[in-house]
Amino acid sequence: MEPINEMKIEFLSKSNNEAFARVVAAAFVSQIDPTLDEIADVKTSVSEAVTNAIIHGYENKNGSVKMYCKLFERGVEIKIIDEGKGIENIEEARQPLFTSKPEMERSGMGFTVMENFMDYIEIESKIGSGTLITMFKTFKSITNSKCY
Amino acid sequence: MKVKFSNKGTTLIASIIGELDHHSADYVKQKIDNELIKSSTKNLIFDFSNLTFIDSSGIGVIMGRYKYITKLNGKALIVNICNQTSRMLEISGIFNIIPVYDNIETAINIM
Repeated sequence: MEPINEMKIEFLSKSNNEAFARVVAAAFVSQIDPTLDEIADVKTSVSEAVTNAIIHGYENKNGSVKMYCKLFERGVEIKIIDEGKGIENIEEARQPLFTSKPEMERSGMGFTVMENFMDYIEIESKIGSGTLITMFKTFKSITNSKCY
Repeated sequence: MKVKFSNKGTTLIASIIGELDHHSADYVKQKIDNELIKSSTKNLIFDFSNLTFIDSSGIGVIMGRYKYITKLNGKALIVNICNQTSRMLEISGIFNIIPVYDNIETAINIM
């Protein structure tokens, strides 16, 4: 399956870039005209992944977060990459309500949200090198294979 | 991001205007907590009619305030939610612990 469009952005691990990243992703997927609910799913998932990179990957220190998006005729693949501290135990991190920072009133629902709103999520992480989140969503509302 | 407050008796109504994410979470927490510590406040209504986005960081904000208010035997309620908010509240299990109503009037009558 060949992508019909691609984009890459890189930004500082500042919390005001969470809104920036999710709005960019929403605008990018809008090209293939998904429903508003489908766009909201993508926005929320990007927000979760970028927030994780900033809070957990870089622990609010300066770093760089990358977002790669590939758009297909009926779906999108999004990668969120940080070069932060990495996740010790991925299985544990995926558990609903698990958080390594309860003192910050974190809900521990980040990965659960991504799993529910996207079709597929893969987490690759190495201690001291960083984390790569790959997510994919098919927009079920788009039925025609091509429209010009 | 703005939080507007109004009072109906011992009930504090917090209207959140804008996006509730990790970036705005601390500001919103602080604003609401400043009002909650006032002795006249017993119950809390989150008014989400002008909430344009919420993610799991926002859920953390709701949960924190809910725990505080119920510890003091008060009630927390949510009103005026849109589709995206509804899905977030469902996934996070908030629907099971905090009642949601269509509007402020209904919530106050039931309280």
